[in-house]
Amino acid sequence: MGWYNKRLAKSIWVFHVSASPCNNCDIEILDLLTPKYDLERLGIKLVGSVRHADVILLSGVINDKVADKVKRIYDQAPKPVFVVGVGTCPASGCCFKQSHNVHHNDDVIPVDLYIPGCPPKPEAMIEGVAKLMGVLNA
Amino acid sequence: MTLDYIFYLLVFPGFLFTGILGLVVGWFDRKVSARFQFRVGPPFLQNFNDFFKLLGKETMIVKDGIHSMFIAAPFIAFGMLTLVSAMIGLALFLRIGFGGDLIVIMYLLMIYSIMVILGGAATGNVYSSLGAGREIKLLLADELAFILVCLVPIVKAGYQIQLDSILEYQFANGAIIGSVSGFIAFLFALICIQAKMTLPPFHIPEAETELVEGPLMEYSGPPLAFWKLNHLMMYVVFPFLLVLLFLGGFNLQGIGILWAVLKYLAIVVIMIIIKNTNPRIRIDTALHFFWKYAAPISFMALILAVLGV
Repeated sequence: MGWYNKRLAKSIWVFHVSASPCNNCDIEILDLLTPKYDLERLGIKLVGSVRHADVILLSGVINDKVADKVKRIYDQAPKPVFVVGVGTCPASGCCFKQSHNVHHNDDVIPVDLYIPGCPPKPEAMIEGVAKLMGVLNA
Repeated sequence: MTLDYIFYLLVFPGFLFTGILGLVVGWFDRKVSARFQFRVGPPFLQNFNDFFKLLGKETMIVKDGIHSMFIAAPFIAFGMLTLVSAMIGLALFLRIGFGGDLIVIMYLLMIYSIMVILGGAATGNVYSSLGAGREIKLLLADELAFILVCLVPIVKAGYQIQLDSILEYQFANGAIIGSVSGFIAFLFALICIQAKMTLPPFHIPEAETELVEGPLMEYSGPPLAFWKLNHLMMYVVFPFLLVLLFLGGFNLQGIGILWAVLKYLAIVVIMIIIKNTNPRIRIDTALHFFWKYAAPISFMALILAVLGV
């Protein structure tokens, strides 16, 4: 599997799931595709359909309304698939932690990697992706 | 004799050669597109990594729709493109053709589009069905102009529907693009292959931002890998066809190799420039353009060719 994992590390296609975010992280995620950061040089591509995805990028807190949708999207993705939580919301629940309708996201889908920050800088996100690649390449 | 043909089909002008060249040219396309947008672009082996990664992923099959058609469509389309690439490559490199092979190529390319339609419609997904419907309309739009344009070299070469005779005519009398009718036909052939490959501005069926890749939306794993490979193989098939029909083929001796590479790259670069400088047009605009302008002007080029201009 080492050879296949190396191929997977060099060609990560990302599907972005907005689980009720404040849009701040989403804007920062789009920054990654702009000329300044250009993640295509690492083989990373943003795809529109979850059937093509290798990484599900989760932003925002998972509440009652989106929990079953997020679960369905995860089930629809072809395995192997990794889940990356972007921002403080997936990592800790942020200031919405005590709300009555917020789920702890590990109950909904297994998250492999957290990138904290509100919003995280693009550099931090690239570092997170590089860590994922490092795990795959090991 | 049979072994020869299996070699032609699977190795040299066929599957391996076209597939590898297609993946490399796909990298070239992505790199040049990235430079257009002041980005760095992907590394050289990116498309190979994408292809092998997709081969190892899970194949998801949707509950609705026709499963056998859904799985068979990309592989039948792949078979059609392998046949077309072998036929064009044989005529181009080894001067082997048979009577009526250009008509066979047109049919096989049409079957490719029909496979896109069937594969998209077999999923039961709304976006895929919409994409398949648009693919039908685009096929209706560009097919007439494409056939008219392909008739011009046939008429020029003395009414011979045979690829190697068209090549021999061009070696004797100069490339067909040198004549008035040939030049007009070449211009519209470029636009037609842009529509045949569903590249921008004619990526109406796939429309990433609107229909999320249209017919390909529900595909994952190996079938998706073969759709991607098919698309990249078309980067070889269509420019080779244009080189063969209009630019006088390849002369693979001495300086001719450089000319061959330049001819091929010139067509690919023109396609990439058109792709990167045009927004997506609506389906009715595409129909309007092909039926009101492209087809009549191609027909006039055909009349000019018959008159010998």
